Amino acid sequence: MPMMRLTAAVAIVLASPGAALAADAPAGAASCRGCHAANPRVETPVPPLNGRPAADIASEMIAFKAGQRPGTIMDRIAKGFSDDEIRAIAAWYETQK
Amino acid sequence: MMTRKSRRTFLKGAGALALFPRPALAQGAGPKVVVIGGGFAGASAARFVKKANPAIAVTLVETNPTFTACPFSNGVIAGLRPLRAQQFNYEKVAEAGVTLAIQAATGVDAQAKSVTLSGGTSLPYDRLVMAPGIDLRWDGLPGYDERAADIMPHAWKAGEQTLLLRSQLESMEDGGTVVISAPANPFRCPPGPYERASLIAYYLKTRKPKSKLILLDAKDAFSKQRLFQNAWAALYPDHLEWVSLSKGGKVNAVDAATKTLKTDFNDYKADVANVIPPQRAAAIAQTAGVADRSGWCPVDPVSFESKLVPNIHVIGDAAIMGAMPKSAFSANAQAKVCADAIAKLLGGGTPAEPRLINTCYSLVAPDYGITVAGVYKPADGVLADIQGAGGVSPIEAPQETRALEAQFADGWFKTITAEVFG
Repeated sequence: MPMMRLTAAVAIVLASPGAALAADAPAGAASCRGCHAANPRVETPVPPLNGRPAADIASEMIAFKAGQRPGTIMDRIAKGFSDDEIRAIAAWYETQK
Repeated sequence: MMTRKSRRTFLKGAGALALFPRPALAQGAGPKVVVIGGGFAGASAARFVKKANPAIAVTLVETNPTFTACPFSNGVIAGLRPLRAQQFNYEKVAEAGVTLAIQAATGVDAQAKSVTLSGGTSLPYDRLVMAPGIDLRWDGLPGYDERAADIMPHAWKAGEQTLLLRSQLESMEDGGTVVISAPANPFRCPPGPYERASLIAYYLKTRKPKSKLILLDAKDAFSKQRLFQNAWAALYPDHLEWVSLSKGGKVNAVDAATKTLKTDFNDYKADVANVIPPQRAAAIAQTAGVADRSGWCPVDPVSFESKLVPNIHVIGDAAIMGAMPKSAFSANAQAKVCADAIAKLLGGGTPAEPRLINTCYSLVAPDYGITVAGVYKPADGVLADIQGAGGVSPIEAPQETRALEAQFADGWFKTITAEVFG
């Protein structure tokens, strides 16, 4: 019953009033939005990441890292992340709106 | 797993239920976070704590209802953009659910966990975020005090000082000498003095070509040094001279009445003098006991909680962040990590080990951008560079690359200010 479910959910909130409610972003993901705008109305030549297929983001980052894709700055930043870290960040951005 | 939207809808329902006598859900019963300072660090932290958990009551304490951004303010000094392009308000921060207290924070009682405001009220907190930025050390350079700054502006806090330096440059006759004094490390915005020298040299070259800029430096090395120096040699050979520490560039004293900057070897008489003095964390950090003898605030590299006072987190320019420079990008990145850590800690959890990125754009000319980037992780109690990552723009690059970085710089400013204030 909907009412019972809501009550159960409220009980969870009561039990842990400080629990993070948004899905945890993987390490490093929050920094990306310093340049890749979360707000689609921002006028910038830097492409947004929100909602992009994870496979695309990951393959581009891994290519930047390997020096196979020319970039002004992403080649330097990509080298700070393992392929697994890149895939985790990419998967998270795919789910972002 | 619920999506974010359905979670938000759910929370509205929970909020409505708060009308019933359920104590833990009543107004004000959630955890309290107070943030001191509404710059790139503090305003971001306030928003992202609220975003991480809307049940947390977040209050942002900031003296000024209008924020004036330092990044790109060198462009204002050089007449390339208006000051209003640097200015933002807190409307969207408030709309995001953050309570604003437009007052000064005058005291912090770490035992009672409360912040005293200039209006006399006090705000209790479970976690306090201090992002107060810098103070200029008026005792740091003989002859340079607040009154001297009216004659020899620092323009290292954007606003009136920015406009003062700009108007002095505009009033200067062609053939004049501009002198900048750059401090020793650490200070806000490591590439800032060099970008400023570049853009003022651009102004002189294009508007007052018989004039010259001398940059007196208390250092022998600085951020993006080869990139700046190569660009200066190409663009401003007659307009910009850098005097390093070992060449006698350290300014030991100034005389505001005669606009003179004194080094071990010379007195430099300026027509326009820009003195960037030594700095430290803003006074409230000393008051709260979170600054150490260096004047800056040591923090844990995972949660940015003070190493000196529990339940207080320090982010942005006031903090000692190891390899991470004092930049707006860093401040915003730290704020987001800190916000997630606080939400975790208040929920009884443990913050995950973070990764942080910094990117600093500098303009050498309006169509000539250069960058330094870094990726950081906690190591040995501080944030350390991840080896092999980061670094500066290529030393040799075609003009198209420099022009592209100048465009990205513009995009970055719009993005970061929208992220924080939009």
